[in-house]
Amino acid sequence: MLLIHCPYCNETLPEAEFTYAGEAHIVRPPDPSALSDDEWEGFLFIRSNVRGPHYERWRHMHGCGRFFNAVRDTVSDRFLTTYPAGQPRPDLASLTAASEPSK
Amino acid sequence: MTRFSAFSLVRNALTGHKHWTEQWPESQPRAEYDVVIVGAGGHGLGAAYYLAREHGITNVAVIDKGWLGGGNTGRNTTIIRSNYLYDESARLFDHAVDLWENLSQELNYNVMYSRRGVLMLAHNVHDVQSFKRHIHSNRLNGVDNRWLTTQECKDYCPPLNISPDARYPVMGGALQERAGTARHDAVAWGYARAAAARGVDIIQNCPVTAIRRNPDGSVAGVETAKGFIKAKKVAVSAAGNTSVVMDSAGVRLPLESYPLQALVSEPVKSCFPCVVMSNAVHAYISQSDKGELVIGSGTDQYTSYSQRGGLPLIEHTIAAITEVFPIFNRMRMLRKWGGIVDVTPDRSAILGKTPVKGLYVNCGWGTGGFKATPGAAHVLAWTVAKDEPHPINAPFTLDRFRTGRLIDEAAAAAVAH
Repeated sequence: MLLIHCPYCNETLPEAEFTYAGEAHIVRPPDPSALSDDEWEGFLFIRSNVRGPHYERWRHMHGCGRFFNAVRDTVSDRFLTTYPAGQPRPDLASLTAASEPSK
Repeated sequence: MTRFSAFSLVRNALTGHKHWTEQWPESQPRAEYDVVIVGAGGHGLGAAYYLAREHGITNVAVIDKGWLGGGNTGRNTTIIRSNYLYDESARLFDHAVDLWENLSQELNYNVMYSRRGVLMLAHNVHDVQSFKRHIHSNRLNGVDNRWLTTQECKDYCPPLNISPDARYPVMGGALQERAGTARHDAVAWGYARAAAARGVDIIQNCPVTAIRRNPDGSVAGVETAKGFIKAKKVAVSAAGNTSVVMDSAGVRLPLESYPLQALVSEPVKSCFPCVVMSNAVHAYISQSDKGELVIGSGTDQYTSYSQRGGLPLIEHTIAAITEVFPIFNRMRMLRKWGGIVDVTPDRSAILGKTPVKGLYVNCGWGTGGFKATPGAAHVLAWTVAKDEPHPINAPFTLDRFRTGRLIDEAAAAAVAH
């Protein structure tokens, strides 16, 4: 069971309260009619599917109901951070450095 | 290689089973191959076998980061069926079922293919309508599938709870009698043994770290933990890790990797005659020849490479199973595991050429790749050997996500695949 920190409720709660909502920071095209087929394919279908730290959206479905973003390592399933939707991508280097156990 | 027969069995039994030879040799990579296949699961090993047997291409290596058949081939619930809605899928999966039927004889290896029937339960009006549509579509495509009434479902599968006050009432079911199960490990071992006997090298515990390309863009070979291996053609069949490997060749795929969990119970005497699936309550169950109940459901909700998955999904699965089969509510579960499945946006596979010359891909099987093993392997070998797709896999292009010509089994099958 994942434990997920909701940045709005400021509580760490079980996974069952949350729904996953796919990769984060995928920006809607400002002028959709100008997009080529290749660009549509990229926007609609191509995802990073990264093996490691992954920027993703979650929704606190059975709580405040709001969407937020998270960085989770897809190999260990460990959350590096969560942050409100709309904030810029946190810098990965500082996150991974902070979460490494001290040597 | 010893040919298995009643005679070889008796002879070895009489000599204390001391003289069985190894089934395939431990291979070290050579500097160069005609074809390198990344991923030694059923699909990859099968493709190597069909390349050697049908196309005369034996200078082939199958490379895996772990042990042979240790990925999704050894982690699935072994269900085989072909009752898919769309023409393209029906042809592909029925091609596989055709090959399953004679696979043991062909490989001289008992893959324990058992035509015990797959029964898909309808619990609501939508299920009834959707399954009847599937049945009509299947019959037009020559795929066997027929409707059973509630009582006929009970007769076919006696442990089923059909009481009208059940939480999930059974309103009937769709039965594919040609469907069933096979022993998953034996499929990988059988293909490995038959491929190795024809000269294919199987290289285990050797991660492929990157695909290298020539200056003209065509594929040059693969970088591995044991050094660079030159190859004229490379086929990637690496399930959940396919997008990571293909990224290194500059090919981005519309895949996301999710954990798919399964579990088995303690072994009990034979009590469950077929495979039962329920899309509405989202679980499927069968009994292995060892006596364990083999239970599965859908993927976890989040992408992951952890090969574990979370317990909430297991709880949901068991809750569904014990509602439909109250007989099992005191069964103890023995172990659970996860495999990483690569899911496409339309829930259909990608099997064919890529924009890179000499690079082929077989991926996107999502939660339903095991049943396709012989069929996928057979048409992948064809595609690699002839540098053009077999008519059966021609619609399953990577290009369809750009053109919009999707094969939308996601909507067609509702939940389970």
